[in-house]
Amino acid sequence: MAGLDKRVASYQEALDGITNDMTVLAGGFGLCGIPENLIDEIRRRGVRGLTVVSNNCGVDGFGLGRLLETRQVSKVVASYVGENALFEQQVINGSLTVELTPQGTLAEKIRAGGAGIPAFYTATGYGTPVAQGKEVREFDGRHYVMERAISGDFAIVKGWKADWYGNVIYRHTARNFNPLMASAGRITVVEVEEIVAPGELDPNAIHTPGIYVDRLIQGRFEKRIEQRTLRA
Amino acid sequence: MLTRQEMAQRVACELRDGYYVNLGIGIPTLVANYVPPGVDVMLQSENGLLGMGAFPTEAELDPDMINAGKQTVTACRGAAIFDSAESFAMIRGGHVDLTVLGALEVDEAGNIASWMIPGKMVKGMGGAMDLVAGAENIIVMMTHASKSGESKLLPHCTLPLTGAGCIRRVVTDLAYLEIEDGAFILRERAPGVSVEEIVAKTAGKLIVPDTVPEMTLTPGGA
Repeated sequence: MAGLDKRVASYQEALDGITNDMTVLAGGFGLCGIPENLIDEIRRRGVRGLTVVSNNCGVDGFGLGRLLETRQVSKVVASYVGENALFEQQVINGSLTVELTPQGTLAEKIRAGGAGIPAFYTATGYGTPVAQGKEVREFDGRHYVMERAISGDFAIVKGWKADWYGNVIYRHTARNFNPLMASAGRITVVEVEEIVAPGELDPNAIHTPGIYVDRLIQGRFEKRIEQRTLRA
Repeated sequence: MLTRQEMAQRVACELRDGYYVNLGIGIPTLVANYVPPGVDVMLQSENGLLGMGAFPTEAELDPDMINAGKQTVTACRGAAIFDSAESFAMIRGGHVDLTVLGALEVDEAGNIASWMIPGKMVKGMGGAMDLVAGAENIIVMMTHASKSGESKLLPHCTLPLTGAGCIRRVVTDLAYLEIEDGAFILRERAPGVSVEEIVAKTAGKLIVPDTVPEMTLTPGGA
């Protein structure tokens, strides 16, 4: 079943076909569960004008922040971007635009994008700047804002374990947006800590079924901690 | 005037056995330190954890285990972990029993502003808009007035809103108030704080009942 074997030989091959001005969906929450090496490969390729959809945008010098350093990103869709001085500077000087989206709405937009649902209604953001210019409908006496789905040219995803077929398991809260991004990429690329043979993962435990995954690669991860907090 | 810890203690009195609770980033996280004895609650962290535990020891530290404030945490016994869409399904779907969050302003119509000061760099709303839209039971925890003495309990919010008409209860360093029919109602005053001071520091419409008891900071208190 070689056609179902998603493994690729190199990071270069993993992002084959990525070009300027594409939309890239990136998993992760803060620096937790981010596709570190795929981000670095985008940087190495130097593609520009990217729209990046991700809950956050890394920090200075790590994660998606590394693509800001090289000015490869022209637009970010995110819920919170407060950890990054370079981000702020590029927004203020106009080289980077940001579309702030409530976190649950962002998750649902991507879920919808992967599930073939073009739009949905949510009460989130009604009466706030987020609802400006959007259709509002009343259901059972409450107001809801119409939000459009998001999909991407590429999705870059960080998993824990996967089998050759691209069935993925995430670890702890490094799951976050990763399965959603995986479902909504035209080409979904997953990097994991360990690749195993089909049959070695319990089918009941799979978070992202292989049907969503196009390319799979095993990498090494720094897993930088953003807020190291210990019990006293 | 209540300290941040005392405000957290007052909010913790509202915890009930069996509650699922989301505590916002900042002062609301202190509420976790004052869960009353005999009350079991599960803390929801919107990055995908139901059953947030204590901060880890050095040995337990795990970069794959964080809370919505991006702090390293542990999972408690009986915790569940899920993706962000699932997390907000439980929030938006009204399954979280109590949400506690901070604010910059609250007004007499129950509007809340907490995420944006025009002219300053906007960092984003995170999950706050989803939390206020999805929860029936929300407590806002904030100081009654700004450092320069301006009331944060207003006739109308001046900052861009996080949610419209969604706030019913506010705990400040001076008082516990409810919002009903377009007015704040003064339910309790902080120990040693006079009704007059609260009236002076509340810009929105304030209803003062005939008796305003001094609040107690232990559950089951009068």
